Amino acid sequence: MPPVPVPAPAGPGRARAPRPGRALSSWLYRHARVRLGLLLSAPLLWLVVAYLGALALLLVSSLWTVDTFTGDIVRHPSLDNFRAIAGTPVYRTVALRSVAVAAAVTVIDALIALPMAFYLAKVAAPRWRGWLVIAVLTPLWASYLVKAYAWRVMLANGGPLDDLFGGPGHGPGYGLTATVIVLSYLWLPYMILPIYAGLERLSDSLLEASADLGARAFRTWRSVVLPMIVPSVFAGSIFTFSLSLGDYITVQIVGGKTQLIGNLVYANIGAAGNLPLSAALATIPVLVMVVYLVAVRRLGALEQL
Amino acid sequence: MGTYRRVMAVAAAGVLALAGCGGSGTGGGSAPGTGVKPPKVDRLAAIGAGEGEVDIVSWAGYVENGTDDPKVDWVTPFTRATGCKVNNKVGGTSDEMVTLMKTGDYDLVSASGDATLRLIYGGNVAPVNTDLVPNYADIQSFLKLKGWNSVDGVPYGIPHGWGANLLMWRTDKVTPAPTSWGVVFEANSPYKGRITAYDSPIYLADAALYLMKTKPDLKITNPYALDDTQFQAAVDLLKAQNKNIGEYWSDYTKEVQAFKAGNSVVGTTWQVITNTIGTDAPVQAILPSEGATGWSDTWMVAAKAKHPNCAYKWLDWIVSPEVNAQVAEYFGEAPANARACDHTADKAFCGTYHAAEAGYAAKIWYWTTPTAQCLDGRTGVTCKDYAAWTKAWTEIKG
Repeated sequence: MPPVPVPAPAGPGRARAPRPGRALSSWLYRHARVRLGLLLSAPLLWLVVAYLGALALLLVSSLWTVDTFTGDIVRHPSLDNFRAIAGTPVYRTVALRSVAVAAAVTVIDALIALPMAFYLAKVAAPRWRGWLVIAVLTPLWASYLVKAYAWRVMLANGGPLDDLFGGPGHGPGYGLTATVIVLSYLWLPYMILPIYAGLERLSDSLLEASADLGARAFRTWRSVVLPMIVPSVFAGSIFTFSLSLGDYITVQIVGGKTQLIGNLVYANIGAAGNLPLSAALATIPVLVMVVYLVAVRRLGALEQL
Repeated sequence: MGTYRRVMAVAAAGVLALAGCGGSGTGGGSAPGTGVKPPKVDRLAAIGAGEGEVDIVSWAGYVENGTDDPKVDWVTPFTRATGCKVNNKVGGTSDEMVTLMKTGDYDLVSASGDATLRLIYGGNVAPVNTDLVPNYADIQSFLKLKGWNSVDGVPYGIPHGWGANLLMWRTDKVTPAPTSWGVVFEANSPYKGRITAYDSPIYLADAALYLMKTKPDLKITNPYALDDTQFQAAVDLLKAQNKNIGEYWSDYTKEVQAFKAGNSVVGTTWQVITNTIGTDAPVQAILPSEGATGWSDTWMVAAKAKHPNCAYKWLDWIVSPEVNAQVAEYFGEAPANARACDHTADKAFCGTYHAAEAGYAAKIWYWTTPTAQCLDGRTGVTCKDYAAWTKAWTEIKG
């Protein structure tokens, strides 16, 4: 480093030594690793403390138990909670039901989102495209609760959906079906957007080439478009699947007597004050999601996010 | 009233027994929480000058300062009269309230019976010096010194208001008019898929109450004190009922909407829900022949209250006839203060809510925290505690 030019001293002793800030920066300049460490420490701290820390705390507290009378947490590690979950059939039933709901929502959303996103990206006139994307995104600005309660009214006895199916009591009513319908509605934009982004990246010339080679629309769709946007679909499915797996409010509003994992977690915190059992139950969706993410990673979906 | 008194005497004896074995308990093997005397906490001896503020944990609708509805405000006049600023935190459930009180940041709590004993035995609340609360004299005598607001004749709080979990039905859909809870528990109900029930583990007590009257062999004497056999019978009854349930409710607006639309035609309700539906749908609510479960809320002072003087000023304020009447009418429950009935805007209010009828109140089994130590005073048996109730409730819903 060249010597720092120092202006003529204004007084005795002043600016004789480099200022502390300068000293620090030149020191950091020479120690690249420390510099990098300092640069990354804040975000890393955030990641470790707020994110992984919370997850670790969840796992640790799932090993605790609760004093049944005073409700105080007994910090004495044991596997009682996990044993209770494994030994009680109802938890297995609810976990399977939750995964099935999340899977159904994901499939329904994918089926609706594919043609919609294709229309947005390839068919709609470019000047309309922006407006249509806004239209898809607008529901995300409305409150989740407002949308769920609106669906409660729509699904009510004698409500619009009943009319559609031929009179009071003929519609789906409140229950598991209603839950799947409402969740599919709520998370649809999260499926459309990644597919739309994937299709935008797909060059039009590929479609033209396919047509030039004699492929009809369906053949082009199946052999050219679909293979290229499968990772986008899986990227969208991460949102729809994880959001559905963790949901407990929609099911409370339109689910009738159905309960999902989220309800069990909520009931054990809210009604029973049993934080450790809730934490143990919450590890189920965490495990399911880890398995799911590992699976979709192999399909390259994570690069599409 | 006679039976009720007797039962409460038995319950009190149970608490005595519970306190009595405090010294001899070895702790080994016994469930935590049993055989314990409440920690010694001193009550306030005299009210001094206010501290300028008070921190409260309350049910929604109990502490209103006009922000929800400009006409509903009893906090501003309190602050004006006493100089105590009110900081309110609404608790969503009894358990949340217990958790909040454990933080030590609050001076007062409006606790229901399924929270009070936990607070008392957890040492989180102090006995109340009722001499410092002049309006305590006018509280209905059938609410004073009960199992959920006192221990060994020492009051731990000021009764605030109470209500019953009633049976409601759509008069155009349910005929003949039911008089018994049997209508929601029958296996081959014609109302399959249209029955509703309260979504909380405490609803097990409703089933136990029904079994108490219909299956005397089970010898249930208190729906909150169930041994293994009795508990299993209640669980089985509710599992059978689950097949006929349309939905469970905990949010009262949800129940209002379900009855208006006809998704639910018969089930548990609160008086305030029936009143809200009003004439929008033909509904009727009664206290069935078996009696009912219900709630009775109590204002309690924290053991380590930072603002005890303001807290006591609030106790007296909130159960004063005028304010108690306002709260009761806004929330939809029977006021605890006998003289509150003279101050309600709707002169028929206390009649609707049976506020002064000790006989009606006697038919209600108030929410109480089930504990391993049987609340009905039985010894030599272990009862199912609230954690077991919660687990069972999950299994009932399936």
